[in-house]
Amino acid sequence: MKGYNIDESKGMEIGLYSLGDLLPDAHTGNTISEQERIKNIVQTARLAEEAGLDVFSLGESHQKYFISQAHQVILGYIAAVTSKIKISSGVTVLSTADPVRVFEEFSTLDLLSDGRIELIPGRASRTGVYKLMGISLRDYEAIFEEKFNLLLQLNRERVVNWKGKYRPALEDAEILPRPLNDRLIIWRGVGGSAASAIKAGFQGVPMTLATLAGPASAFKQSVDAYRLALDQNGYNASEFPVATTSLCYIADDTSTAMREYFPYMSSGFEYVNGRPFSKYLFAEAKNSKNTLMVGNWELIVEKILYQHELYGHQRFLAQVDFGGLPFSKIEKIIDILADKVAPAVRKETKKD
Amino acid sequence: MKILGIAGSIKSRKTVLAVEAVIKAIKDKDDSAETEIISLGDFDLVFSDGRDYRDYEGDTSIVISKVMEADAFIIGTPVYQSSIPGTLKNLFDLLPKDAFYDKVAGIVTTAGSDKHFLMVESQLKPILSYMKAIVVPKYVFINEALFIDDQIVSDDIDFRIRQLAGETVRVIEVVRELKVKRESEFDF
Repeated sequence: MKGYNIDESKGMEIGLYSLGDLLPDAHTGNTISEQERIKNIVQTARLAEEAGLDVFSLGESHQKYFISQAHQVILGYIAAVTSKIKISSGVTVLSTADPVRVFEEFSTLDLLSDGRIELIPGRASRTGVYKLMGISLRDYEAIFEEKFNLLLQLNRERVVNWKGKYRPALEDAEILPRPLNDRLIIWRGVGGSAASAIKAGFQGVPMTLATLAGPASAFKQSVDAYRLALDQNGYNASEFPVATTSLCYIADDTSTAMREYFPYMSSGFEYVNGRPFSKYLFAEAKNSKNTLMVGNWELIVEKILYQHELYGHQRFLAQVDFGGLPFSKIEKIIDILADKVAPAVRKETKKD
Repeated sequence: MKILGIAGSIKSRKTVLAVEAVIKAIKDKDDSAETEIISLGDFDLVFSDGRDYRDYEGDTSIVISKVMEADAFIIGTPVYQSSIPGTLKNLFDLLPKDAFYDKVAGIVTTAGSDKHFLMVESQLKPILSYMKAIVVPKYVFINEALFIDDQIVSDDIDFRIRQLAGETVRVIEVVRELKVKRESEFDF
């Protein structure tokens, strides 16, 4: 998958993503400072690179309990202190931003990072940022689709002529600087429903699929719908990578992992989603066919490989810093992911 | 334990009276119960636009918070066009889809004619079930003819309201036990 800088002969890519949440530690109730959390995120990316992981991704959020509002700035800093790892946004809230500005920023990041930057535009699941930026919620879907398509056009064409509803027209506009290899890698983030996956297929962009919890087979519908939509729109599905994202916690044995992690996950959900996480759903984590990546490292490998069989995906991103986990735990999970999980997964998934 | 009475229309005096009667019967049964009654007509609710329930403002946010914080409900509804009023449906639309998980809902209906006595079965219960409420099976249906001078003048309705109140309190107790038993199933 040359256009996407993915070498399938090395096996699946394994990386991390963070949403930049800043939450009280479920056990102690203490919250670290904003500064410490931002520096911890940079350190997480640094550790991921040192450990040999492939990708580090950070999402933008403007809600309370998050510190990643200026995620491009943090990504820029990460680009400066790393040299190999791919750096992605996940997601960049495009609906409330100007695609021209976003393209300029990410092109610049791409040049600074020697072509390691990737981008996932999103709509934001909460409405605070719309109010903050003075963007109407009335056209929530239309704004996103228009801005996303403009961003893709800016990426494709050096001189752009464009007219739309949600941003002034562009006339023979040259958006500079250009990315290192003239193109940014832009993914579409897809949630639960196949409808969004089909949109990614129509646009001819790679797909990052959030697979939080539930049977892995349920997400296969989205993967199949995506590839079908690619093929039906004149693209070759085999040229487009698919990535999945999951919450991840690893300990020496699965029941310890579940006992240690549940308080963090549940309180994190209370802060971020308003309600705690269901114990029934969480209990399914010990089944290798469930997507929630909580367990010992062997179970995590089994889950990724089972999903690989279903989806044939190229990248797995783990969220290892959710819910106010102490940094020492985050470090430990990165070590296990890099030392145990990644080698086993890469070995089984590499293509000749 | 918080029990919230909801009169589900903008202007139906009878529905408010019916909800008040059930809440009073609950207090008679268990005077430790914390109760509150809201009439949707007293609040300026916006229409649901699908946003996260915590992102609404003003009265809408106040009503949503009251509902999310309650453990049980007495939902009062008149019959409009063979269904619940749009006002009440809008309240449901403003909430997350599992807003009533582990919460108990008792129902009281008022109507101008007995011909709609199954409306609750076909219109209201499916919504409450979808939103994971534990619905007290037997509800009370009150024909408007039984209200005189702001009083319910039917012994039958009086008894039924007391039954509904008693059942609601018992089901709340059972749900409390259910939660304890469920917790004991898991070692995390």
